Amino acid sequence: MGAIGVIAVNAFRESLRDKILYNLVLFAGLLIGLSVLLADLSITEHHKVIADMGLAAINLIGVIIAMFVGISLVNKEIERRTIYTIMARPISRSFFILGKYFGLALTLLVNMSVMLAVFLLTLWLYHVPIEPSLFQAVQLMFVEILVVTAIALFFSTFTSSTLSAIFTLGLYVIGHLTADLRAMVANSEGGIGKAVVDLLYYLCPNLEMLNIKGQAAVGVAAAPEYMILASLYGVLYAGVLLTGACLVFQRRDF
Amino acid sequence: MDDIVTEDLSKSYPSGWPGRPPFVALDGLSLTVRRGEIFGFLGPNGAGKTTTLKILLGLVRATSGRALLLGEPAGDVATRRRIGFLPESPYFYDYLTAEEFLGFYGQLAGLSRAVTTQRVDELLQLVGLGEARTRQLRKFSKGMLQRIGLAQALIHDPELVILDEPMTGLDPVGRKQVRDLILSLRDRGKTVFFSTHILHDVEMICDRVGIVMKGRLVANGRVDELVRQDHIQSVEIVCQHIKTEGNTLIHSLATRVLQQGQQCLIVLPSPDAVDTLVGEIRRQGGRLLSVTPHKASLEDLFFHEAAQAASRVPAHVISGRAS
Ligand SMILES: Nc1ncnc2c1ncn2[C@@H]1O[C@H](COP(=O)(O)OP(=O)(O)OP(=O)(O)O)[C@@H](O)[C@H]1O
Ligand SMILES: [Mg+2]
Repeated sequence: MGAIGVIAVNAFRESLRDKILYNLVLFAGLLIGLSVLLADLSITEHHKVIADMGLAAINLIGVIIAMFVGISLVNKEIERRTIYTIMARPISRSFFILGKYFGLALTLLVNMSVMLAVFLLTLWLYHVPIEPSLFQAVQLMFVEILVVTAIALFFSTFTSSTLSAIFTLGLYVIGHLTADLRAMVANSEGGIGKAVVDLLYYLCPNLEMLNIKGQAAVGVAAAPEYMILASLYGVLYAGVLLTGACLVFQRRDF
Repeated sequence: MDDIVTEDLSKSYPSGWPGRPPFVALDGLSLTVRRGEIFGFLGPNGAGKTTTLKILLGLVRATSGRALLLGEPAGDVATRRRIGFLPESPYFYDYLTAEEFLGFYGQLAGLSRAVTTQRVDELLQLVGLGEARTRQLRKFSKGMLQRIGLAQALIHDPELVILDEPMTGLDPVGRKQVRDLILSLRDRGKTVFFSTHILHDVEMICDRVGIVMKGRLVANGRVDELVRQDHIQSVEIVCQHIKTEGNTLIHSLATRVLQQGQQCLIVLPSPDAVDTLVGEIRRQGGRLLSVTPHKASLEDLFFHEAAQAASRVPAHVISGRAS
């Protein structure tokens, strides 16, 4: 097993021993359960409410884990000085970053799978049809989470935890808004406002592209080409951020 | 062959405020550690010991100067396979058990699974943590953490071992064990470079020492050489049946004269006056009981250098003697 693998497996082991993650996943289960109650209250569209809320719960918890664990992933190692002995080993700083990232990605994959299983079980219990589109939505959610993790990791290589959290949250929100904003100013005359929106659009991740929850909840599948393209976009974006994180990390003093 | 060579190593930490000058933690530090020796890196708190060690391991980049370890530039990734490092007051992954912890470091060092398992057993025994092998590090005492840290540094049987204050936090038995461990490493041909501010540890086991103050190497050499070259040794002479009272010769030579009954203790500031004094004792028909040269200890040297560094004597004045 290469050095990246050793780091990744250990990062995964760390998260397995972290009770907060269990609590968050449990919380997602509760939210999914709550969706059943809400569905009972609504007069029509029982199915849609359950599917909607379930997907939203998985997404929310996934993003929260990605953001907070992503930020602390490397920061915590520096603050707690556990990094000294690791970096004194024959492992490059980039491999360390990548190992930590893949370890968290593995953790998220497991968490998402558990939440998905709870979700599917709920759907099955309440006789909601399980559409393939639901799996598509969760797939793109996972890609989004990979991007968010990379964002968090990137910021945490050069700023404090608090600032990283603010930046990551900011970028996440903007990432969901840029497409809309751009559409809004598309017809305007141009000028500075439009230029800024354009800049934001090209610089920030277009996370809305990875959000197909709405259509998925009503059973409308996305085209396979779209799935591939959107996934590729997300993975590429994460890759660029990781490269940036490695470059920044390379120059740091501990 | 030199295992560690630093040339004019300097490090300034940015002050964090615009306009305020950076803090100079290391200021042109040059030293060499030879293969197979135990080198003690001595200095008071804040002298720059940890900073030097961090530069050697590539954790921190020097502002200027050069450092070579095992012939390769400091921070070279592949060379670290041959180096073991214990940071000061070790912080480790506390969610791992002792054996998982050592296994992790074995794997990071590129050992095979089989070798790792075997080394983990050996090292747990060596540092006396066999009982605690399945306990999580969060439940370890400070001394136990120090021990597991040492085991971690040695798991891959490195040629060069760099330890930052390895005896801190240990009880007297633990300190002795670490001293013995360091000596046994040298017996097996390893090079040990360790920092400390405890003089006693250095005097007991080091082949050579370097003393660092305010980021500068102020003395460097074998313990006995440093002590000899630096201080005017005092000499204690004990004799009987002589009269010291009113003896101007004796009082002009001695820094202290203690008469107790028949016996008399005379302290001379340097060995130079011994012959004259002994002549005087003979002349009076007294009897010479003992002549004891008082060696200045490393501690004296340490305080002497500390005083000089505090009074900011220019570095070249002091280090001229150090080389
Ligand atoms: N990251 C940093 N930023 C700013 N200053 C630092 C930093 N690290 C160390 N220093 C300063 O550099 C000087 C040397 O620190 P260093 O840790 O090397 O001392 P030391 O000799 O190891 O001391 P001790 O015996 O207390 O461990 C200190 O004055 C310290 O405040
Ligand atoms: Mg120190």
